[in-house]
Amino acid sequence: MRKNKALLFAAIVLTGFVLLAIFAAWIAPYNPEEIVSSQTLAPSTFHLFGTDDLGRDLFSRALYGARISLTVGFVAVVISVLIGTLFGALAGYYGGAIDLIIMRFVDVMLAFPSIFLILAIQAMLTPNIYNVMVVIGATSWMGVARLVRGEFLRIRELQYVEAARAIGCSDFRIIFRHILPNAQAPIIVAATLGMAGAILTESALSFLGLGVQPPTPSWGNMLMDSQAYMFDAPWMAIIPGILILVTVLSLYFIGEALREKLDVRS
Amino acid sequence: MRNYILKRLLQLIPLLLGISLISFFVMHLAPGDPTAMFIDPNVNPVELARVRANWGLDQPIYIQYFIWLKNAIMLDFGRSYTTGQPVITELAERLPMTLLLMIPAFILTFLIAIPVGVISAVKKNSWFDKTFTFLSFAGMAIPTFWLGLMLMLVFSVKLHWLPAIGNITLPLITMVIGSLAGLTRYQRAAMLEVLNQDFIRTARAKGLPERTVIFKHALRNALIPIVTIIGLSLPDLFGGAFIIETIFAWPGMGRLGVQSIFQRNYPVIMGIVMLSAFLIIIGNLLADICYGSVDPRIRYEKK
Amino acid sequence: MLEVKNLSIIYGPTKAVDNASFSVGKNEIVGIVGESGSGKSTIALSIMRLIYPPGRISSGEIIFNGRDLLKLAEKEMINIRGAKISMIFRDPFTSLNPVFKIGDQIAEVISLHQGLNGKEAWEKAVEMLGTVKIRDAVGRAHDYPHQFSGGMLQRVMIAMALACKPEILIADEPTTALDVSIQSEILALLDELKIKYGFSIIYITHNFGIIKQICDRVIVMNKGKIVEEGKTGEVFSNPKELYTKKLIDCLKVLNKV
Repeated sequence: MRKNKALLFAAIVLTGFVLLAIFAAWIAPYNPEEIVSSQTLAPSTFHLFGTDDLGRDLFSRALYGARISLTVGFVAVVISVLIGTLFGALAGYYGGAIDLIIMRFVDVMLAFPSIFLILAIQAMLTPNIYNVMVVIGATSWMGVARLVRGEFLRIRELQYVEAARAIGCSDFRIIFRHILPNAQAPIIVAATLGMAGAILTESALSFLGLGVQPPTPSWGNMLMDSQAYMFDAPWMAIIPGILILVTVLSLYFIGEALREKLDVRS
Repeated sequence: MRNYILKRLLQLIPLLLGISLISFFVMHLAPGDPTAMFIDPNVNPVELARVRANWGLDQPIYIQYFIWLKNAIMLDFGRSYTTGQPVITELAERLPMTLLLMIPAFILTFLIAIPVGVISAVKKNSWFDKTFTFLSFAGMAIPTFWLGLMLMLVFSVKLHWLPAIGNITLPLITMVIGSLAGLTRYQRAAMLEVLNQDFIRTARAKGLPERTVIFKHALRNALIPIVTIIGLSLPDLFGGAFIIETIFAWPGMGRLGVQSIFQRNYPVIMGIVMLSAFLIIIGNLLADICYGSVDPRIRYEKK
Repeated sequence: MLEVKNLSIIYGPTKAVDNASFSVGKNEIVGIVGESGSGKSTIALSIMRLIYPPGRISSGEIIFNGRDLLKLAEKEMINIRGAKISMIFRDPFTSLNPVFKIGDQIAEVISLHQGLNGKEAWEKAVEMLGTVKIRDAVGRAHDYPHQFSGGMLQRVMIAMALACKPEILIADEPTTALDVSIQSEILALLDELKIKYGFSIIYITHNFGIIKQICDRVIVMNKGKIVEEGKTGEVFSNPKELYTKKLIDCLKVLNKV
C-alpha cells in the first residue's frame, strides 16, 4: 500500500517535472537570464520562488534549470550505460584475456574517488553542458559493466545460446540478439538509479563551478549562487535543493519499484 | 593467509600504475598551461620559460611521466606550484585533518546503521521500519553539499548554535548522514535475507531466546556482506570529504584537492590521487581479510 | 503424551491446517504423510510454536504432558523447544549456521538447557557426535558445516536434537534431500537411538515406503485435513480413503520399477 503511494508520488513528480521542463518556455513568467527586479525578493505571488541576488526570477530559473539538470542526467546515464554494456558484454562473452584487461581497468576506475576524477577532468576541459554529460557518463559506467558481465557469464552458458552458436550465428548476433535482450531488466534498474546519481553529480559539479556555467541556470549552479546570501536570501539555497532532492528521490522510488517488478536482485 | 596478502599487495602495483597513468595523462593532455595561473605570459615570456623549465613542463609528456614515476617510487611527489613546499609535506599536514573527520564519521555510521538496519529487518513493516526506510531513501537522494548548506543555515546562520567554520560537528553530521542511508539499507536487506534462512529456524527450534537468535545467529551472518560494502564505500567516503571539506572550509586533503584542481597544481593533484587511491585499495584489502575471518567458508590459501 | 485437538492454522485467507486432531503416545513413532502443501510441516512447526506471520494458529489445543503449549508464555516455551521436544529438518545443508563450529552449535543447546559450562558442554557435544557415529568426533567438532557431507550434517542435526534427551523428536522429511543409500543409514540410526534413549517420533514424509518401514501409526493428510488415521499395517493393507489408496499405489508402482 505505502509502496504504491510512494511509486505514485514519484511517477507524478517526475512526469510533472519533465513536462514543466519541456514547456518551460511557455510556463516561465520571465526570461531566466533577465534581471527583472532591482532587489533580491522573497517568494511572493509575483515571484513564486523569489528572486536571486541579481534580481532574476527564481521560478523561471528553476524551470529552465529542470531542463538542464534532467537532460544532463539522462544523457549522462545513456552514455554510461552504453560504455558499461559494451565493456561488460565483451568481458562476459569472451572471457579470458579480454575479460581480465577490462576488469582490471574497471578496478582502476573504481579506486578513484569518482567525484575527484570528474572534478579533475572537468577543470581541464572547458566547462560546458556537453562536457558535463560526457564526463559524468565516462566515469560512472563501471557498475553497469560489472552487472552486464555477470549477466553474460550466466546467460552464455544457457542452452539456447549454445543452440545459436551451433547453427552458426555470429558473435555479434549472439551478443546483441540473443544475450543482451535477456540482460535488460537489471540494466533498466541500474539506469534508473544511475540517472539519480548523475543528477546528483551534475549538481555537485555545477555547485563547485565546474559544471553548467552561468548565466545558463541548472539546479546546481543556482545553489552555487546562493552560498554568499545564506543569511539574507535563504530561499535561494532551499528551493533548488528541494527540487534536486525530490527528483532524485522519485527516481530511487521508481528504480526500487522496477527492481521489484522485474525481480532483479540488488 | 600470508601468501594471499602478499599476492594482493603485488596486485596493488599495476593498479597504482594504471591510476597514475590515467590521471597524469588526463591532466597534462588538457589544453592550457598551469603556468598561466601564476604568470601573465604577455608580460614576461622569459620568466615564463624559466618557470616552465623549472617545473619540467618543457619536456615531452612521456618523459615528464617517467621523471614523475621515478621520483614517486622514492615517495617524492615534487613540490607544490603555489607554496613551493614538497607535496609529501603538504599531504602529511592535511591528511590527519581529513582522517580526523573521516574516522569518527566511519565509526558513527556503523554504530548507527547496523542496529537500525537490524531492527528494521526484525520489525519489518513496523512504524520504525517504515520511518527509517523513508529516511534512508531521503538520505540517499539528498545532495551532500546541500545538506551541509542547510545544516549551516539552520544551526549557524539562524540558531547561532555552532560556528559554520572551524567546528567539527556540522561537517561530521553531514558526512555521517551522507553514508548512513545506503549502509542502513544494505544492513536491512542482508538481515532480512538471513532471517529467512533455515538455520535461523534451527536456532529457534533449539529453544534459544529470540535475542540470541537475532544478535548471535543472524547478525553474525548478516555482517558478512556488510564487510564488502565497507570496502566498496571507501571511494564515496573520500569523494564526500572533497565536497564537505570545501563547504565547511575544513583544512583537510579534500579541500586542498579541490583548490589544487582549480589552480592546476599538478604535483599536488597527483599526490592526492595516489594517496587516496592507495588508502582505498588498502581499505579494500583489509575488508577482504576481515571477510575471510568472519566467513569460515572462505579460504584464501586455496585461491 | 502429546495430544493435538481441533488444531487450525491459517496463512492469510487460506487454511493450511483444518481442525486436525491426533495423539502421540510414549515411545511411539507416528508418521504424518501427505503431498507437499498438505499441511504436514505446518503441524510440525506449530507443535514447536514456530509459526510466524502471515501464518497463525487460529484455534485448537496442543496438550503436552497435561499442559496446553499454545497457552504457555514464550519464556516457558523456550524451555521446551530443543529440550523436551526437538526437531530435525529437511535440508541439512542449510539447517546449520555456516559461521559456527559444529561442536559449538551442539554445545550451545546443551549449555542452554542443562546449564553446563563451556568446556563440559563441548565434551558432551563431542560425545553426542560419537553417538551419531561421526568418526573422529573430537577433531570434527572443530569443523564448520561446509566441511561436512549432507548425511553427516543430518547426523549432526540429530545429535543436536537428542543432546538434551527430549521426549519427542519431530523429523520433518529428514531424508528427502539425501541420497537413497544415506537415507536408510539415517533411518537405521534413528531406530537405534530410539531404542537407546527412548523417545517418541513424529515422522513427516511424503514417502509411504518410509512410513511402512518405521512407523507404528500413520496419519494421512490432504489439503490441510486429516483424512485417515490408524495402525500402519492396517492402513497399508486396507486403506479406507481413496486418497490414501492412491498414495499407496504410487509406492507400489515405484517399487515395481
